[in-house]
Amino acid sequence: MNALINWLDNRTGLKKLMHEALYENIPGGARWRYVWGSTLMFTFTIQVITGLFLWTAYSPSTTTAWESVYYIQHHMQYGWLVRGLHHFSASAMTVLLALHLMQVVIDGAYKAPREINFWLGLILMQIVLGLSLTGYLLPWDQKGYYATQVSTEIMGATPVVGPQLQQLAQGGPQYGHHTLTRFFAMHAGVLPGTLIAFIVLHIAVFRRHGITVPDPDRAPATTFWPDQVLKDGIACLAVLGTVLTLTIWHHGAELAAPADPSEAYSAARPEWYFLFLFQFLRFEWVEHQGLAFGAIYLPGALMAILAAMPIIGRWKVGHAFNVVFLFVMMVGIIGLTGLALKNDAADPDFTAAVRQAHDDSVRIEELAERPEGIPLEGAVSLLRADPKAQGPRLFARNCAPCHRYDGHDGTGRKVTRKDAIVAEVLEKQADGTKKKVKKIVGYKPPVEELATASDLGKFGSPDWIKAVITDFKKTFAALENVKDKDDKSKIAESSKHFLEGEMAGWSSSHANHWRADAKNEHALDDLVAFLYSQGQRRGAPGVSDEAPKRGRQIFETGILPVGKFESNCIDCHSLQPIGEDKLLGEVGAGPTLTSYGGDRWLREFLSNPGHEKFYGSNNTMPAFGERLTEKELDLLVRWMVGDYE
Amino acid sequence: MSQPHLDLHESPSSEPRRGFMTHILAAGIGLLVGAIPACAGLAFFLDPLMRKKKGASGDGFIKMPVALEALEIGGEPQLVKIIMDKVDAWNTYLKQPVGAVYLRRTDKDKVAAFNSRCPHLGCAVDYKPAEKHYFCPCHTSTFDVDGVLQNDIPPRGLDTLDVQIRNGSEVWLKFQNFRATTPEKIPVG
Ligand code: FES
Repeated sequence: MNALINWLDNRTGLKKLMHEALYENIPGGARWRYVWGSTLMFTFTIQVITGLFLWTAYSPSTTTAWESVYYIQHHMQYGWLVRGLHHFSASAMTVLLALHLMQVVIDGAYKAPREINFWLGLILMQIVLGLSLTGYLLPWDQKGYYATQVSTEIMGATPVVGPQLQQLAQGGPQYGHHTLTRFFAMHAGVLPGTLIAFIVLHIAVFRRHGITVPDPDRAPATTFWPDQVLKDGIACLAVLGTVLTLTIWHHGAELAAPADPSEAYSAARPEWYFLFLFQFLRFEWVEHQGLAFGAIYLPGALMAILAAMPIIGRWKVGHAFNVVFLFVMMVGIIGLTGLALKNDAADPDFTAAVRQAHDDSVRIEELAERPEGIPLEGAVSLLRADPKAQGPRLFARNCAPCHRYDGHDGTGRKVTRKDAIVAEVLEKQADGTKKKVKKIVGYKPPVEELATASDLGKFGSPDWIKAVITDFKKTFAALENVKDKDDKSKIAESSKHFLEGEMAGWSSSHANHWRADAKNEHALDDLVAFLYSQGQRRGAPGVSDEAPKRGRQIFETGILPVGKFESNCIDCHSLQPIGEDKLLGEVGAGPTLTSYGGDRWLREFLSNPGHEKFYGSNNTMPAFGERLTEKELDLLVRWMVGDYE
Repeated sequence: MSQPHLDLHESPSSEPRRGFMTHILAAGIGLLVGAIPACAGLAFFLDPLMRKKKGASGDGFIKMPVALEALEIGGEPQLVKIIMDKVDAWNTYLKQPVGAVYLRRTDKDKVAAFNSRCPHLGCAVDYKPAEKHYFCPCHTSTFDVDGVLQNDIPPRGLDTLDVQIRNGSEVWLKFQNFRATTPEKIPVG
């Protein structure tokens, strides 16, 4: 062994190198405050190790990036662990970077002759932030996609060369395959390579001047190995413990639904350590200065002050200024981050968007796990063709202006309205005179918008059918909110047709029939079962089951165990039973009930509710056959009738 | 730092013991923090070796696109492409060519099938009708019409595949690839 080491040493100078690396003098003894640099090196090492392994499974293109990350996360052994370590170590690195910087500034380690090393450190910080930014996009999920869009748009706002810079970063005018290949080359090649080069310089220069010791007489001098190494090791262990705990706790890093440029993502936020900048850009006064001010000049100015610290430090109170400046900046960053989190938590739209994003990510996993696998067009096509994912969105856009779905808009958001506050303000005219003009000066707090049509959360279900039969008025009570155009206190004529129409009358005049006898209550269930079976939804009874057969008798004859209907269902409604060609009743008076609440009925009804077999001339609902594409109508209908796995 | 042996500023009398413990601990912790991410990464990298083969549905036989009658008894081997669904990581490719076989009817109800992959190093074997033998263009392996090796280049004869005649005229075949270079037939995948 010794001979081998001597042989190597002879040719490489290994011993001297090791000695220099390990036996650096530390006056005043090993201390915890010196560990930050080592923990940073350690997190970077984790990133290199996990990054290289992730590289073996990652595929950068718009149709395979998300898919390969999904495969890493859910199918490869310990994929979630490696990816989680990579993700949380990146966060840890940012935190440690801030701590390292603070320690350096507080200890005055930036002062002569260490200025160059301080600047090298600031460059390292930029590279690390660049790594975070480029890495965030690589999974090509909604979260990374929309957050990175913001970054590249900011890049595009750079004075003079912005648009060119943006195109170079994106590999074209829009995001595509080359955005990923370019970001990946930056993330896995250029930036880490540069980082390593600068780390080597940083450490070399650091070793030249030695450690900055605030009080050298505190304890006897020691050497880096083993005293400081032990402290560094324990600190690294603590960092690793934290990162591992977070990884296991979250079962790796989150993977949102695959990126879809056609699907807005209201839950878009940058990585948490950029939230302060995000929050800053939301202030209107910042916006008034222009995007370049908030996103480029101001952060640039802060960085410039940081970079000037060694020069400022020469001045008598310079060091104090530097410490205070850094402290204020940190408080500002933490404050803005806190504000961003607080605003988001209090914003129901945001929390709903986060919930929806989460639902999407769960759903896409279900879809991708099917035996058919992920199609070659990418996983996003699975979500686009999925009624469960698209139905709520279509409902929110098309139906929720009037209807509700279990009280919300289908996607879980409350339907609200923000009224503008209009006031008369004095405004300078072009000719220099002032004039009073009406202007929107703000908005009132959002209020919940009243529904003007029925809540369709239960539409077509037995509960719904029962409610329509036994309490028609209550089921459609929201129509009362449709006010007359001329007299706002009066219900509109169109709603009256409905709420005071024949069915409403029939429903209330027969309400007592159901309660007259327990047998009648069962008869009601049979009647409901009959109609429900005709819709042929999943889980509905077969049309020839006993209960639907009994229900059909009541539908046709109106004879109840106790008593009888005054007028029968088929006196107003027509219904063509499944598998038969004879029509019960006649088309005309009331809406047809052929396969009521089922796929066919709903599809035809939504396409043209004003058709004579539905509401005819009483109709006030728009014909969605003209507003939706066939595909959209299909997704909406299948979602509403529950036709999906 | 409550444990005495970790206190780095103790009196010089305990110096050797303290020094030794510090060395061991420093080295141990250093190794541990490096080993954890490295081991996680390595386990991840070894995924292909740990991947269990998904149980194929059914008995693994697939129907060939040629009927028994279309093959002449004792006639020339026919090259048939094997079309199967192929799972590649997260994608499933439907009906993809995954290989080729030579089919030759040897008797009224007997069909011999050879995988067209050369057992030497995996090139595709050609049938030469003029010479009535199989020939591999890569390193000149030669096999007779029954797949028996004719020179010493290949390690074994052409790989035979199981064939069943079903319903009188349907040719069903169990498609498999075998490891190259070994004298024995060892299935892969
Ligand atoms: S691969 Fe066929 S002879 Fe070598």
